[in-house]
Amino acid sequence: MRRALGTLPTLVLLLGAAYCLLPVAWVLVAATKSSGELFATSTFSPGTSILANLDDLSSYRDGAFWRWMANSALYAGVGALLSAALSGLTGYALAKFAFRGRDLVFNALIAGVLVPSVVLAIPQYLLISEVGLADTYLSVLVPSVLSPYGIYLARIYAAAAVPEDVVEAARTDGAGEGRILWSIAVPMMAPGLVTVFLFQFVAIWNNFLLPFIMLGDDRKFPVTLGLYTMLNQGNTTPALYTLAIVGSLVSVLPLIALFLTLQRYWRVDLLSGAVKA
Amino acid sequence: MPSTTSRPRRAGAATPYLFVAPAVVLFLLVLAIPIAYTVYLSLFRIEVSGLGLGKGSRKEVFTGLGNYARTLTDAEMGAGALRVLGYGALLVPTMLLLALVFALLLDEDRARARGFSRIAIFLPYAIPGVIATLLWGFLYLPSTSPFVQLLTELSLPEVDLLSPTGIYFALANIAVWGGVGYNMIVLYTALRSIPRDLYEAARIDGCSPVQVALRIKIPLVVPALVLTTLFSVVATLQVFAEPTTLAPLTNSLSRTWSPLMKVYQDAFARGDVHSAAAASVVIAAVMFVLSFGLLRITRSRAFGGER
Repeated sequence: MRRALGTLPTLVLLLGAAYCLLPVAWVLVAATKSSGELFATSTFSPGTSILANLDDLSSYRDGAFWRWMANSALYAGVGALLSAALSGLTGYALAKFAFRGRDLVFNALIAGVLVPSVVLAIPQYLLISEVGLADTYLSVLVPSVLSPYGIYLARIYAAAAVPEDVVEAARTDGAGEGRILWSIAVPMMAPGLVTVFLFQFVAIWNNFLLPFIMLGDDRKFPVTLGLYTMLNQGNTTPALYTLAIVGSLVSVLPLIALFLTLQRYWRVDLLSGAVKA
Repeated sequence: MPSTTSRPRRAGAATPYLFVAPAVVLFLLVLAIPIAYTVYLSLFRIEVSGLGLGKGSRKEVFTGLGNYARTLTDAEMGAGALRVLGYGALLVPTMLLLALVFALLLDEDRARARGFSRIAIFLPYAIPGVIATLLWGFLYLPSTSPFVQLLTELSLPEVDLLSPTGIYFALANIAVWGGVGYNMIVLYTALRSIPRDLYEAARIDGCSPVQVALRIKIPLVVPALVLTTLFSVVATLQVFAEPTTLAPLTNSLSRTWSPLMKVYQDAFARGDVHSAAAASVVIAAVMFVLSFGLLRITRSRAFGGER
């Protein structure tokens, strides 16, 4: 009786899993089809030209796709690294020092999360053009470094993971504040900082609006923007649909790999403030 | 948060200021100054004299709240707000209901394949909105859609998800797909923090698992539900990448479908940054009002362990 009762919950969960995996399964199959097969054959019957498709993708406009991938890796990798460092530094200061203006700084930084990205992107673009940085790598990187969310997480994490008495003891021993941060707090906060890095990496990799507004030269595009331009031209050149599909598959592989290997760092519980350190 | 035990520190009193300085500088550069600039821009408009060709024939004149009046009475902006409202009304309840059901099932000891399902349902979170839209777009497109194929084989009437009405479901589905796993994990985490003996008592009293879920678990995760609802509403209002990406595949999506898309069009296609700035401020104000409650709810609980 008890086992029979377990079938319905299991079934519902598996249905949910199937729904979430459906587009992934589709892209795996569709990537093997030539553009003729894409529109002619049954949806889930595999095609024959995965290698030819990958070849076409690589040679598309002298390797534009791989340049986009490298750009995405650069934006997301460097941006998330700087963001984790900045969040750690700021979060630690906010959690472990009582100083005048702390609430003001924190509230101002956090309010940033509420400002819609488009509201910022337009004036950011105008100002960045003003200083001659429009359409450069920096125009996408710089706005990506400040993460209100990352600072929020780092503050919660520093409060929970760095014991007050350890910091005090180090101070009594005469350690400088910079040294305490680097040799004591950072190792203790490391798992939280990895979480900040991951969330920010995904956020930058997935960001569409900022590069969409900042960049004009498609040599600097991240892969999301590159694939969007391919899809946009697909109306007139249907062969690009196939390339966009194969490109989508290739472009999500690094994210899925990152997601599956670093699973234990996807600490959503930090968001609800339920930290047990 | 109580600022207790704030002993004055003689040496190193500058330390916290040094530590927060980089963030504050960056905050000014990428947030405060652009926001101030938006407000400034929103109060001006371009006045064209003559044919608007010669140098100096276009000049910035102060218009007060004129741009705001135009934004608030703009028909396309109003229609866009209604469209996003309809989209959100489909999306938010569906996504959160599914997330809650999945979270409750993950918390149910008798269900199998929980580890696999949790990862599979959370997986779309790692996939960019543009890519998600591209994949679903082909799943909607009649010539490549397995659903249309299936319906045809069963000789059922076709459902066109790229029609003017269908597009709401098409877009809502993409967002549900991308967001359900994330919300499920937030709710699941909240469920795990409930002491297990609460259920045991109820079970001994003869409550069925469904009754336990309805009477004990759900009331206890209401704060997490409020949080996820507000996050979802805020994200919904900002919808941009998905309709922009789906637009090339259908005629049902105009370039001004959502208010943010209209703002983008005003600023970059029509070159009217002043109207765009006013519209941005209005959208931001709406979001602030909505989000303020969220901060109040979350902040009080989050920072227990600090000085």
